[in-house]
Order: sequence, then C-alpha cells, then structure tokens
Amino acid sequence: MKITREEVAHVARLAMLEISEQEIVQYTEQLNAILEYADKLKELETENVVPMAHVLPLHNVFREDEELPCLSREAALANAPAEEDGMFRVPRVIE
Amino acid sequence: MFAEMTVASALEMLGRRDISACELTAAALQRIKDTDEVIRAFVTLTEEKAMTAAEEADRQRTAGAAAGGLAGIPMALKDNISTRGIRTTCSSRMLHNFVPPYDAAVTELLGQSGAVLLGKTNLDEFAMGSSTEHSAFFPTRNPWDTERVAGGSSGGSAAAVAAGQALFALGSDTGGSIRQPAAFCGVVGMKPTYGRVSRYGLVAFASSLDQIGPLTRDVRDCAMVLSAIAVHDRRDSTSAAVETPDYTAFLEGGVRGIRIGVPREYFAAGIDQNVKNTVRQALRVLISLGAEAEEISLPHTEYGIPIYYLIAPAEASSNLARYDGVQYGFRAESDSLWEQFRKTRSQGFGAEVKRRIMLGTYALSSGYYDAHYLKALQARTLIKRDFDEAFARYDVLLTPTTPTAAFPVGAVEDPLTMYMNDICTIPVNLAGLPALSLPCGFICGLPVGMQLIGRPFDEGMLLRVAYAYEQHSGLQKERPQLPRQRGNSQ
Repeated sequence: MKITREEVAHVARLAMLEISEQEIVQYTEQLNAILEYADKLKELETENVVPMAHVLPLHNVFREDEELPCLSREAALANAPAEEDGMFRVPRVIE
Repeated sequence: MFAEMTVASALEMLGRRDISACELTAAALQRIKDTDEVIRAFVTLTEEKAMTAAEEADRQRTAGAAAGGLAGIPMALKDNISTRGIRTTCSSRMLHNFVPPYDAAVTELLGQSGAVLLGKTNLDEFAMGSSTEHSAFFPTRNPWDTERVAGGSSGGSAAAVAAGQALFALGSDTGGSIRQPAAFCGVVGMKPTYGRVSRYGLVAFASSLDQIGPLTRDVRDCAMVLSAIAVHDRRDSTSAAVETPDYTAFLEGGVRGIRIGVPREYFAAGIDQNVKNTVRQALRVLISLGAEAEEISLPHTEYGIPIYYLIAPAEASSNLARYDGVQYGFRAESDSLWEQFRKTRSQGFGAEVKRRIMLGTYALSSGYYDAHYLKALQARTLIKRDFDEAFARYDVLLTPTTPTAAFPVGAVEDPLTMYMNDICTIPVNLAGLPALSLPCGFICGLPVGMQLIGRPFDEGMLLRVAYAYEQHSGLQKERPQLPRQRGNSQ
C-alpha cells in the first residue's frame, strides 16, 4: 500500500473535498493502483536530469506598464451566486 | 448534401453563390435536429445567434466587402472554450450556469474570420477522460456505431464533425483529447505545438500541456482552420511569437525523400494487432509514394503514462482550486464559509475530477513532492530528449493514435485502464510537439487513426505528409451511416 485511508482523508481536507467513508475506501484503492503504476518511474536514473516544468524556452514575458481594458464590475459580478453592494457575498467569517 | 461537404467545398459554393451562408447554417441546424437525439454531441445550441451570424456573412458577401477566410462556415466549439454571453459548462455541474463575460482568443479569431458558431460540444468533465462518459450531462455516441464511445475528451467535437453536423470543430488536447476522439470518429484532428494557439479563454486543466486545435473532415480543412487560429496573443504568456503561415501552402509538397521514423515502442504489446496492421499498411502507402522509413526507438515511451498521471493531476489540482462557489458557478449554501467551500466542491465536481484533484494534491503534498512530482518532471526531460534525438534524423514520426478502435459505452470502468487509452498520444504533450491523427482504415466498420508527430512549429510537415496519404487513400470521403435519420436532410 502506497497511501493509507488516513492519508486519503488528509488529502481530501487539503483539497477542500468532503468525502464519505465509502469514498475513502474507494479512493484509497484507486489511488494505490495509480501510484503503484507510477512507481515505475523509480527505475529511471534521474539524479543529474534537469526537471522540465515547461517545454518552451520562455523565462519572463514582459510588456509596457500601461493600462489595458478590463472587465467592468457589473460584468465581473454577473455570474456571482450571491452579491451585495457590488461585492461577492459569502457567509460571515468574522464574528 | 450538407453531410458530404467540407470547409473548402462549402467556401467554393459560397463564392459561386450556389448556396448562401443562411442556407448552409439552416442545413447544419437541420442535420443536428435529425441526428443529435442519438449522437448527443451538443451541450448547448445557439440557433438564433448562428442565423444572425450567417445573415451577416451573406450581407458582407453581397456587398462585396472583404469577408473573412471562413465567412459563413458553420462550426462548433468544445464547451471548455469561452464564448461571451453563451454558457460554457465544461460539461460540469460546477459550471452548468456559467456565462463567460469574454471570448477566448480562438472564439474571437473565428468570429473575425466569419465562421458561424452552431453551439458548444460535450466533453469529459473539465476535459478529464477519454470517452465523454465523464460528462456530467450525458455520454456522446460514436457516429460509426452508436453503442460505442466517441472518445474524449473532445468527443462532442469529433462526433459533430463525423456526423456531418458541423463543417469543423475545435477541441483541446492535454494528453490526446483531440487526436483520440478524432481517431475513434474517423476525422482529422491536430494538436498543434505547445504555444502555437493561444490558450486565452480556454478553461485550464493542465496548463503546461493544454493546447487547442481543429477537428475536420479532411487535411485541407485542418490546414485552413489552423491558419485562422494559430495567431500570437499576448494575453497568453506562453503564446509563441511566431508568424502564421498559410498552412494550405504545405499540402501539395508530396513525400518524396521525406524521412519517416517508426518508433517500435508504439507497436508493442498492448496495441491491438489489427490497429498495428492497418497503420503499417498506411506506412507502406507512404513508402510507395516516395517516403523513406526506418524503425527507431524512443526508449522512454513506457514512462509517458506514469509521468502524465503525476504532472497533469498536479497542475489540475492547482488550477481547479479556484472553484469555490464565490465568484461564479455552482454554490452549495451553508452558514459557514469553510463548509460552503467543501460542499460546493464535493457536490460540484464529478468522481473523475475529484480523483484527479486528490491524486494531484497528494503528489504535491509535503513529503511526497520530490518522490512524485519532481521525479516526473525529470522523467519528462528524458521523453523530450528521445524526441529531440529522433528529429535530428527524421522529418516526421508515424505511430497508431490509439491502442484499439472505439470501445463500447460502459466497457471501461477501471480508471487506470481508461488512462491506457492515451499511451500513444501522451508523450507528444509532455514534449510539447505538434501531432495529427488521420483516418487510415477500418476494423469491423470502426475507424482507425494514425498519428504523425513533428518537430516544434513544423505543423506544415504533418499536413504535407497527411495530405499525400489522404489523396491516395480517399478515406476522407467515407461517411458513417447514421441510424434513425429522419426525413429531409439528405
């Protein structure tokens, strides 16, 4: 076993997912199958290999610091599940 | 008649005034009405907007105004490509009501070219899957056999083109999501070089791998659509500042003297024998047309899937952290903000998306990062080196696109087995290369695709080789016989 049920529950908390006991069992099994398969990578000697996060030889992409058009407040709020006074509304966080 | 047309033939007819853009769009909408009850390629239809756009194309043509290169051509967009004012769902409950306030770069470019949007096509939720069975709404059926999957994740786009509902469609490809459904549905599908097409407005899955590309009925159409969308865009910082060629200029080059590498790892165990035979037969055709072919080795191929299933979920877990029910999309109400986040994400995402978020979160979590994520990035470098060495000696690589032809709906339940579908396509995304799938034959009435892989930004070479093969095979003229075709769309 690569990953335990406790770890699956911990990962779900990190990922902000609420999962049932039954799902924990199922995910533990499925993630183990995938991770055991991924263990194949251990065969590879990679000590001096540079990791590649991106294929393009790009570093920084700069532009002039100038004002460009952006979304209006109205457009930005148009999909909000709840809004109030031109802001996104969420449950109270501070008592 | 509409179902037999291509982008090129429709443009000729429009030019000669044999047909109007309005008639063309009406024929496409009728065809969708007649066939989509069974195929289910579309998540959203935009009939009124389509007719308005077609009228505008006709007006411009009549006025002799400089019409765009695709003026009046009815097409479809995968529903993870943003369309201003038109709902963009990613086939997810999370975005079932999301109406983007802006267009993706490709939506804008196609709009400028005069193409007519018919609607948005189905996908595996957030483009995670290989069959469209992970769509939160419904699976899309394969036009060649409606008991089988269309492939995925761009299954709706591939099926719409194959079923003669749209003259072309755009998809997105992170590990094979354009090429695999193109192969299953018997159409041409291209994943361009990473950076060739702007990702601005494409809902992100795995940002270092995602690329938008065309699905078309033949190779010429692929070149035409690519020419319209391969434009540098500074709103996507990974968009390459490379000129846009007229890709149709590459088509007639022929294959005499072209050096084809045939990587033996792509013809290994796990690839269906009939698929191998069909692809090898296509290779013999290219040799008979003057190409030179040699067997080669890409030794790290077998590591492609493990690398991908660490990197792509890692990037996805980060990209999908934004879905919290605050700014847009689905929200599960609660008195507590933290509970609201958790309930929103748990109810809004489907099983496969959650599985990948979990996997990615694990791979990036403290204590496992070096062993999993970093190791995968290093192995990714080895995959890229294999290709670099091959392209020092060969102009193009030829492989099967998929290990099998389309499988029956519901046949693949185990996630790992589903992931194996992308064994031939994933290494290309890891290395950021362009690749094209085109039909090369049939097995028991089901299309088989071959994949051509090229050097970075050498899409022209892929089109040239593919066109030479297609001209010889004539397979682009094959069309599926759809069941329950009702009435008057011929």
